[in-house]
Amino acid sequence: MGMTITEKILREHTELKELHSGMLINARVDVALGNDITAPFAIEEFRKAGGTAVFDRDRVILVPDHFTPNKDIQSAAQCKVLRDFVNEQNLTHSFEGGTVGIEHALLPEQGLVLPGDLVIGADSHTCTYGALGAYATGVGSTDLAAVMLTGEAWFKVPESMKIVLHGSLRRWVSGKDLILYIIGRIGVDGARYRAMEFTGDTIARLGMADRFTMANMVIEAGAKNGIFIPDAVTEAYVRERARRKWRFYDSDPDAVYASILDVDVSRIEPQVAFPPLPSNTRGISEVGEIRIDQVVIGSCTNGRIEDLRIAAGLLKGREAAPHVRLIIIPATPGVYRAALQEGLLEIFLNAKAVISPPTCGPCLGGYMGILADGERAVATTNRNFIGRMGHPGSEVYLASPAVAAASAILGRIAGPDSL
Amino acid sequence: MKFRGKVWKFGDNIDTDAIIPARHLTTTDPAELARHCMEDIDPEFARKVGAGDIIVAGENFGCGSSREHAPIAIKAAGISCVIARSFARIFYRNAFNMGLPIFESAELWDRVAGGQHIEADGGGGKIIIVGSEAQPLSIEPIPPFMQELIRHGGLMRHIAQKKQQSQGRK
Repeated sequence: MGMTITEKILREHTELKELHSGMLINARVDVALGNDITAPFAIEEFRKAGGTAVFDRDRVILVPDHFTPNKDIQSAAQCKVLRDFVNEQNLTHSFEGGTVGIEHALLPEQGLVLPGDLVIGADSHTCTYGALGAYATGVGSTDLAAVMLTGEAWFKVPESMKIVLHGSLRRWVSGKDLILYIIGRIGVDGARYRAMEFTGDTIARLGMADRFTMANMVIEAGAKNGIFIPDAVTEAYVRERARRKWRFYDSDPDAVYASILDVDVSRIEPQVAFPPLPSNTRGISEVGEIRIDQVVIGSCTNGRIEDLRIAAGLLKGREAAPHVRLIIIPATPGVYRAALQEGLLEIFLNAKAVISPPTCGPCLGGYMGILADGERAVATTNRNFIGRMGHPGSEVYLASPAVAAASAILGRIAGPDSL
Repeated sequence: MKFRGKVWKFGDNIDTDAIIPARHLTTTDPAELARHCMEDIDPEFARKVGAGDIIVAGENFGCGSSREHAPIAIKAAGISCVIARSFARIFYRNAFNMGLPIFESAELWDRVAGGQHIEADGGGGKIIIVGSEAQPLSIEPIPPFMQELIRHGGLMRHIAQKKQQSQGRK
């Protein structure tokens, strides 16, 4: 019987010869990560279990990205727990101050996660690395603690669902629009426990940034992991970054899928997910007149240089509407530097934007752009749950960088064609 | 392993930001997290809920973030177990790892009202609605090793206990 890419990667990390969906397996982990919210718990549990040294100091990566630069005394204390542990364990990869970036943008950029890897992270958006053809899934802090101790984790091998994307993208339609559309089709639990495997002729024309965005949001459909079959685009991205070997896997033609969803992308227009669920999507032409107070362009979903280029292309020579606070957050120091060198930051400043250092900040209602009761934001982030970006009476509309930039300029939710 | 308590009913897709808003994630103190449990849906929940009470919810309970603060907040608020139509994957794993028992039941949500009392028998695999003549609802029983894990207070405490036991035997 044929195997999916997900099954093959998992098998390669066990001693098993045969492996199929539904099996419980114990697997070797290549990279384990945590952040300033989840690592302190994991560190506490690690110590309680008698842990003194992590299984491999090259492979445990802790990034203080959520509430940094430290937003208050309590978060400073959390970051200190993480930092002290990184120093005590002498972890190879350590991030502080101006080297901190949003973990799921930072790790691929730095070549720290690679195709064929098995990655677990105490953060639900760990699934982002599936864009590289890696198996990556989010877990809780306790599971991270166990991996830090042993280098292994147990998994139930997920069934896969195949998402076949074919056709050409319309202008302004990006990976963000595709994944929002798919979540809208299948619902926030439409892929619960499953692997979402993206294939079809459209994929070859999607750059890595679009693929990261799509894999990033599979958790919003309840998926265990999202995955792309690596190709020449992956190869070009990885070759200039990797400092260790990687391996490409593919799905067999006779691999078994729980379901297949066929999507003609040429029919998709830019999408907006209305509160309070990412599945609550509408095409931009069906949005109506919705006045907004804030726009956030950034996050692990859409804070890459490609995203900022799209935003800058629209904001060039224009300004955010007077009643709109436009907040732009390059996801990593590398993205920040590129934006500086390419002149994007000047475009943003001229457009009356606030430029934030890399941080998860407002995406999860941490800081750097919290909404008051009744306020509305368009955000390139990944969740629009009640109270996600601030007051429970505020609203978040999820969209692509293009729609976010156009909305900032017009002061209402709108696509670039309205400019 | 039996849990008896008053029912607090919630709908579908109760996400981790609803269970514990991210603005409170600057602490890992269970008592502090419990004070804010469910506050964006029901600001009074933490004050009203009693020790041993039970959450009954719809589909996909615990969707969203991987934060273990969510099952911790629920457990520390006094909730003895959560019974939902279905659970989001990461929450499911985290709940057991934190020692919070959870059960899937396709039927219970339609059969019970908030404020009623129920008894969930995790070992026996059934739920009784207290004061009702109806047949007990069956649920997938929690296997003995998972019951032990819950009794020990979660995965890491369970591992520590097992380690102590095996050292004691030597």
